[in-house]
Order: sequence, then structure tokens, then C-alpha cells
Amino acid sequence: MIPLNWLLIVSSVLFAISVAGMFINRKNLILLLMCVELLLLAVNFNFVAFSRYLNDINGQIFVFFVLTVAAAESAIGLAILVVLFRERRTINVEDMSTLKG
Amino acid sequence: MLVEVLFWIFASVLAIAALGMITVRNPVHSALLLVLCFFTSAAIWLLIEAEFLAVVLILVYVGAVMVLFLFVVMMLDINVEEVRARVTRYALFGGVVAGVVVFEIVSVVWTRSLGLDVTTGAQAQPATYSNTAELGALLYTQYVYPFELAAVLLLIAIVAAISLTMRKRAGLKQQNVSKQVAVRREDRVRIVKMQAEGAEPPQPAPEPSSTGKAP
Repeated sequence: MIPLNWLLIVSSVLFAISVAGMFINRKNLILLLMCVELLLLAVNFNFVAFSRYLNDINGQIFVFFVLTVAAAESAIGLAILVVLFRERRTINVEDMSTLKG
Repeated sequence: MLVEVLFWIFASVLAIAALGMITVRNPVHSALLLVLCFFTSAAIWLLIEAEFLAVVLILVYVGAVMVLFLFVVMMLDINVEEVRARVTRYALFGGVVAGVVVFEIVSVVWTRSLGLDVTTGAQAQPATYSNTAELGALLYTQYVYPFELAAVLLLIAIVAAISLTMRKRAGLKQQNVSKQVAVRREDRVRIVKMQAEGAEPPQPAPEPSSTGKAP
């Protein structure tokens, strides 16, 4: 079998790549949402790996729920994105300064 | 041995696809590379015998979420060059942060878990083992209320997404049920007095006894 260390390292590399992607694509809202999906995938990797190596299937149940929440999140996020694009004709994050945040 | 070789092949494909996803200029290419990421992740999950989640990952993510992403990317007419004006300062910063994250996790994982049984203790499951049956047995007994909650959450997501993106077009003919129910007789029926047609001279009409009499 594959050692647990390798899985954890692949997961951490995936996590770091998606964090870097958030810095690089910080203007594009769609790419930010995609990076969130990749980040959740990296976390799910950890859940699956530990569940398998500790022989505890509850971890995989948790991945199931994370997948559910992530699907709901991306659906609502994309809906907000569509509404935003319809109003402002742009998805540039820097143009969204209505709240003066 | 074959499993390890396959694992490293999949892991390198995964890392390269993820790197490509965050660096290519076209959002459609990004979405397709993310699909590749999900496929290779599902393959790795198959290697560590989490079959059900691998199938669910492909069905849910590639089949539903990424199609939604591609749909939105293609539907919105995004000016790619304007959006992707690259700021190398932030790319450098992001790379440093990512490097620190990888260094910290790798150092912890590599030094702390080498001597433990858990890192190498997983044995291959017997051929009669069914990951799906195990998950289902747990999901419909111990986790049945969270499962119902997840269903409600998905319903809320459907309602929210539809109500956010629904748009009222001008000139669209549709029913407004609350207005239909709230209508009163006075809004619809108007009683007028007029002369009867004919040659007779007008007679003094009797006073209306009640207001609620329709002509």
C-alpha cells in the first residue's frame, strides 16, 4: 500500500497550489471559486487518507458531507456571480467596492 | 510496486494540472484543467480503496459542478485580457506563502509519523469488501439526520440559486396569484346608470335599495 505520508504530502501540495492560485488570480472571481474547490479537494484528500489508514469509515462520511456543502456553495456562488455580472458587466474583484470595505 | 508507480504518476499529473489551472490565461482552460484534477484525484482515491467517494467525486464534481462552472464561464462574456492583468508582485507573494505551507506540512509529516504503525499499517481489503455498502450502512443509520439535513441544504441551494438569477422581463405576461386573490368586487365591476335605449321619455328611476346589486 501507499504510505500515508505520501498522500498527506500530495494533499499539502494541492492545498498550497490553490492558495497560491488565490494570490495570482485575485482579480477573477470565477478563478477564485475554482481555487476554493481545489482547496476543498485537498482537505478531502486528508479525510480519505486518514479514514483509510485508521480503518475508520466515519471520515469518508465526512467527505460526503463536505462534497454536498461544496456543491451548494459553488451553485450559490455562481448564481451571485451571474447576478453581479448582469448588474456591473464585470467580474473584477477590485470593481466591487460598493460596501467601501 | 505497481500501485506506488501509479500513485506517483497520478500525483504528478495532479500537481501539474493544478499548477496549470492557476496559471493559464483562459478561464475555460482553467475549468478543464480542474476537471483533470478531479479525475486524477478520483483515481488516487480508487488506489486507496475509497471507491464510492471516487465515483461520487466524478459524478458530482465533473458531472454537475464543473459543468455549471463551464456554463457560467461560457455564458458570461468576460474580457480575459482585462481580468487577467497579472501582478507579478502578488504571484511572488503567493508562491512564498505556498512554499511555506508545503515546507511546514512536509516537515511535520515527515519527522513525526515515520515511526508510527499508522502510516504503513493499512492492509488491502479482502475482495468481498464493499466500500459502498459500508458507507451506506453507516449513512442510513447513524448519520440519517445529517443526511436529511444535507438534503435540505441542497434544496435551499436550489431555491437560492433560482431566486437569485431569476429576472423579470418587461412585457412578460404572468399570473400574480396574490393580486388575484386580493381583488374586490369594486375593482372589477362598476355600476353605471344610463338611459334605456328607445323613444320613451326618461322615467325617474327608483332609488337603489341596496348597493350590492349588479345590473
